[in-house]
Amino acid sequence: MMNKSSLIYRSRRFMGGFGVNLFLLIVTAACIFPLLWMFGSSLKTQTTVFSDMSVIPKELHWENYYHAWTEGNFGTYFLNSVIYTISVVIGIVLVSSLAAYAFSRLQFPGRNFFFYMFLAAMMIPLPGAFVPLYVLMEKIGLRNTPHGYVLCLINVGLSLSIFLLKTFFDKMPKDLEDAARIDGCSKLGIWWNVALPLARPALAVIVIFNSLNVWNEYILALILFDEAKYMPLQVGLSTFHGEFVTQYHLLMSGITITIIPIILVYIFMQKHIVKGLTAGAVVG
Amino acid sequence: MRNLYYILIVSIIVGMWGCSQGPTTKADVIIWHWMTDRKPAFNDLAKKYKEETGVSVEFKLFAPSEIYSQKVRAATQAGTLPDIFGVLGEKKDFAIFVKAGHILNLSDEMQANNGEWKDRFFSKALIVNEFKRGNEYNAPPGIYGVPIDVMNIQMLYNKDLFKKAGLDPENPPDDFEEFIAAGIKLKEVGIQGLVSGWAEVWMIDCLASNFAFNLMGERKIMSTYKGEVPYTDPDWIRVFSLFKEMADKDILARGIVSMNNKDAEQNFANQRAAFAFNGSWCVNVYKGMNPDLNYDVMFVPKVDRGNQMLIWGGAGSSFMVNARSENKEKAVEFLKWLTGGPQQAYLAEATNNLPANRESLSQISPILSKFAQSMEYTTHPNIWPVHEKSQVIETFDLGIQSIILGTKTPQQVAQEVRQVKEREMDKERQRTLSRN
Amino acid sequence: MRTKSSVKSTLENYLFILPAVAIFAIFYIYPFYETFNLGLRAWDGVSPVKEFVGLSNFKELFLYDQFWWPSMWHAGYITLIALTLQNALALSLALACDRAIRLGKFYRLVFFIPPVLSEVVVGLVWKWIFEPNYGLLNHWLVVLGLDQLVRSWLSSPQTALTCVAIIHSWKGFGWGFIILLAGLQTIDRQLYEAARVDGANSWQRFWHVTIPLMIPVFVLVSILTILGTMQAFVLVLTMTGGSPSLGCSVPVTRILGSMRASLRFGYACAQGIIFGIILLIVSFIQIRVSRKMKQA
Repeated sequence: MMNKSSLIYRSRRFMGGFGVNLFLLIVTAACIFPLLWMFGSSLKTQTTVFSDMSVIPKELHWENYYHAWTEGNFGTYFLNSVIYTISVVIGIVLVSSLAAYAFSRLQFPGRNFFFYMFLAAMMIPLPGAFVPLYVLMEKIGLRNTPHGYVLCLINVGLSLSIFLLKTFFDKMPKDLEDAARIDGCSKLGIWWNVALPLARPALAVIVIFNSLNVWNEYILALILFDEAKYMPLQVGLSTFHGEFVTQYHLLMSGITITIIPIILVYIFMQKHIVKGLTAGAVVG
Repeated sequence: MRNLYYILIVSIIVGMWGCSQGPTTKADVIIWHWMTDRKPAFNDLAKKYKEETGVSVEFKLFAPSEIYSQKVRAATQAGTLPDIFGVLGEKKDFAIFVKAGHILNLSDEMQANNGEWKDRFFSKALIVNEFKRGNEYNAPPGIYGVPIDVMNIQMLYNKDLFKKAGLDPENPPDDFEEFIAAGIKLKEVGIQGLVSGWAEVWMIDCLASNFAFNLMGERKIMSTYKGEVPYTDPDWIRVFSLFKEMADKDILARGIVSMNNKDAEQNFANQRAAFAFNGSWCVNVYKGMNPDLNYDVMFVPKVDRGNQMLIWGGAGSSFMVNARSENKEKAVEFLKWLTGGPQQAYLAEATNNLPANRESLSQISPILSKFAQSMEYTTHPNIWPVHEKSQVIETFDLGIQSIILGTKTPQQVAQEVRQVKEREMDKERQRTLSRN
Repeated sequence: MRTKSSVKSTLENYLFILPAVAIFAIFYIYPFYETFNLGLRAWDGVSPVKEFVGLSNFKELFLYDQFWWPSMWHAGYITLIALTLQNALALSLALACDRAIRLGKFYRLVFFIPPVLSEVVVGLVWKWIFEPNYGLLNHWLVVLGLDQLVRSWLSSPQTALTCVAIIHSWKGFGWGFIILLAGLQTIDRQLYEAARVDGANSWQRFWHVTIPLMIPVFVLVSILTILGTMQAFVLVLTMTGGSPSLGCSVPVTRILGSMRASLRFGYACAQGIIFGIILLIVSFIQIRVSRKMKQA
């Protein structure tokens, strides 16, 4: 009797586990396949990208990576993109977490108004916004400067980050902050020492989200910059993706190169998503 | 708290980085362009020009072209246009730039020395850049752009696939009936007929316009645009029906309606379809994708013996001189040099495009010279005296897509286009009334 | 004394939002004002004259534009699929990864590949899968003996939009996954322990502990899904060309079309405003409803 029920239990558990694992496996395959295809194509030639359908070709053209790097002028663009991404992400994390903390925890007149203002900005697309933005940047002398570009991108990511962070701040327990206040910690101190560490998973999401956005940005850069020396990495990629001719093999090598840093950011940040709780407990 | 100060210091240092880069030496003539595939050739020519004349020219690439046109448009508003730039789009976009005073009138330069500069070009390439007296846009008359290459859009066919289907590879179909018959024969041996990027609706518009010119001639088409002939006219219904016939006989590549031109090119280059409807730029594309592709050019199959069929063509890309630039003279001199024989021949050879300079044709590949032979049979919306409203064009092109998909009949589409046309005419009438 | 310190405290509170509001004021308000302004004008994008036409752009949008409202519905359809399919997928994967499962680290990495992949690659790969003649999907259907299902997936009005919606969900679920995972990870484990001690089984723990605590995150994810999906257009364009006759036009492609081909900046701005207002209304309804749910 005992054995039988445990057998049923075990087989049900096995079937359940099997189902879950099969499901995970299918999703995994669907996610990895395009990555493999991209990598495989990056080792083919322009003529074999679409005629040789094997995932990993027989002849491996590793030199594509060298050509992509030099022809796409990646040396300059890569460094630019790294600097833009770091500055914008730091800017957004600081500015948006300050604001989101205030919207969630502090009292002041117009709180809802300002919050909904940011929310509304997230919703309404501005199709003609490039023209006024360009004129504005020219007038205040920030056009064709890295600073202006970074500030614009901070603005782009701000609304969504504030919204996301406020949701997480609202959801977090207040006990630790109360304790810190009683200990005589200033508001800024509480924000930095208590609230931010607790919100680490949400901050990680924001860092990932904004890094990806900035890393993939090229439209604003093309519009605002006149000099090639300021351009980000994606502009280098567009060299291979011309109006008429697309050099698929170099494009795929280029994309493979550009995707690596963003995956590294993700690997580094997702630890914080999962470790969030223990980190919070340490502060307490 | 210390970490916070850390971050602040780092961001200040990063902030300083932007300032620390010193001022760059500015070139004498700055050119904004969008032609990714011509970037190396342009840079070579700029270097050569510097050696010959001592004038420095810098080509700056901003691709893709949609963003390029946004940038140029934004620059007009802030007064930051470069010395030389290109205006993308239709003639009316061009007219807007001219009327706003952004573009230098080159007529006098072109006419100087008995028209020495003007006579270099294919006449069709120059008409696109010209505004005649009394033009419909009220732009001041003159020549405002310098063509650097020309193009036209024709049919291509795969000789090897023709052989496979038992068709004569040296004798491509001449009229529509033969075209359909060839398509059916190809289908019998499992080869797809025509492939083209018909998700980009202007390519549908282009073929439909070819047929329309052949069926009813320019005058009747222009009358339709003026609103004197309805789209339900039998000739227009015939144009729509030609697409239905191609769809019914199954000689269009599967999925043609959701194909962009790059997909279509990929299909033709890899021998998955026997015909392609594509522009002269394709020579360069096919060469990259499949150097061994055995293909040739044929004129678009005629549907009627009445009128001369005209295909779309003209200036491929043109450069304009900024009327407010301080380096106007230098810019004009450079464009003169760029359109000179040796430079044009070099550009044509390096980028596989048709040169705008007629004398530079000798060195181009046989297929390209076949394209060049048809230049005299080209036309383009940009050189027509009257233009259709964009809403009407859209309904027209999307209607043909629906016919190919089998969701609408030619009669239905004709009726729909007619309705939109009448509504737009009404709107315009009201607008002129309210203005007076 | 007391009021003085409370005024000071309120001012201090304003300092928290000052940087955000300052950046917003400089870089958003002027373009925003210009967009609204242009919505009331007929402008070609270049000429110095911007003719005032009152509400005629809006009138055309509501009365005559035969392509606008269908495109709104198409985007709504994709959004509906994304809200259900994509978020169900994201939630189930997040729940699986919230526990210590084998290969958890690996899965967390893998599920984030689609959001990172460039749209160019996504377009090329999925077009190859859906290709009518030699595509993988049709090939496998034939192998499995399901010949009658073989079709031109991306160029028939019956299937094109659904295919796009599925690819969009595939590309987007990674975001929902990490946000939901972050939400699950901020739930105090002691609450689960307490429930377990009270004798709750895993389903009850999920229903009575996880769900109530996750409602704000669900709202967040669904609003972000709506925003991301309603405004998505690159995928639609690369997969199908975004043609209305295929039933694949979306509002953003229409707006871009007005800006580009027909050079009607004013009209494009009017379209943008109406589109934004609709999104705003939908989001506010959602926030309100979720508040009610929380109170209930």
